[in-house]
Amino acid sequence: MEALTRIANASVRVAAEAGSYTAAEAKANAAAQMAGLAYGLAAIGPGIGIGMIFGKAIESMARQPESAGMVRTTMFLGVAFTEALALIGFVAFILLKFA
Amino acid sequence: MLSTTLVAELSQRLMPQAGEGRGFSFPPINTILRWQDLIPGINKVVMISIASALIGIVIFGLAATKDARKAPKGVRNLAEIAVEFVERNIIMETMGRSGMGWTPFLLTMFIFIYLNNLPGIIPFLQMPATARMGLPAFLALMVWVVYNATGIKHQGFFGYFKNVLFPPGVPKALYILVTPIELISTLVVRPFSLAVRLFANMLAGHLLLVIFALLSAALIQAETMRFALIPIGVLPFALLIFLTAFEILVAFLQAYIFTVLTAVYIGGATHPEH
Repeated sequence: MEALTRIANASVRVAAEAGSYTAAEAKANAAAQMAGLAYGLAAIGPGIGIGMIFGKAIESMARQPESAGMVRTTMFLGVAFTEALALIGFVAFILLKFA
Repeated sequence: MLSTTLVAELSQRLMPQAGEGRGFSFPPINTILRWQDLIPGINKVVMISIASALIGIVIFGLAATKDARKAPKGVRNLAEIAVEFVERNIIMETMGRSGMGWTPFLLTMFIFIYLNNLPGIIPFLQMPATARMGLPAFLALMVWVVYNATGIKHQGFFGYFKNVLFPPGVPKALYILVTPIELISTLVVRPFSLAVRLFANMLAGHLLLVIFALLSAALIQAETMRFALIPIGVLPFALLIFLTAFEILVAFLQAYIFTVLTAVYIGGATHPEH
């Protein structure tokens, strides 16, 4: 309880000080706070996509073990394309947070 | 009662603005990624990429001087494994036998990227040279020039762009949609995603290691609540070790993916699908 009060007090203090920020500082703060949300959103789709790619690849490798090499290469290609979206989200996170 | 004080202590430690300025805070990005020049113009990242280029040259130079008729051992063994890997798992799977002429280019690229990724987990170096945008951007630009030039060489300027912009087997009406997408994807998105993929993967890994190293250091060196914070500090340290092992895999995988995609782009430019 004590801890919760302390955290709440801290956030209230931060909110109270918000009035004294310049526009640029307020914008930077908002960007830094949204950065985590932005990356979280960017990770949803690629997460599902990569799961599907690996699942299907394992399925086809189990069905036809002799094609495992080709399936693995194609799987990594698919993962690379899907992962790129999450990574662009990560770059957006870095830009929001630090730039 | 104990748990409440613990949470209070932790929240104070992890959020400096709630406490009196002590505790854990993440350093600004420039202290992690920007290095002092050792010699004018040469900082740590540049040193690592020069060193990895030299190491690659030395390994393959030494391997080439060994007698090819004897059973390979040592450096030559290493070099043969690398060449075989690139030929079998990258070129044969993507371009087929006709792409064997690309082995030197792809092998050099694979070894160079791999050796640039590895310092991310080598103690005291702890910085992948590819975690700065310069190197991946340059490599991607080089790949862009190479595959476009290959396409123009093999199919002629108009033939290449006809195949890129109007892929055969698509209904005529769909070209309104397909052509702009293909143009942007081939000329802009490919090099961009190639560079960003390598850069962001290595940067993300580096930041993860930094975060868990800092967290375990902050918890293990805690001044108060030592009896509780030191056992908690073991957890991020265990994860740090696990992530370091994971980064070995990522370093290899990113070099592999970069090279495979290069091979796919070159293969696609050489032999268009009919």
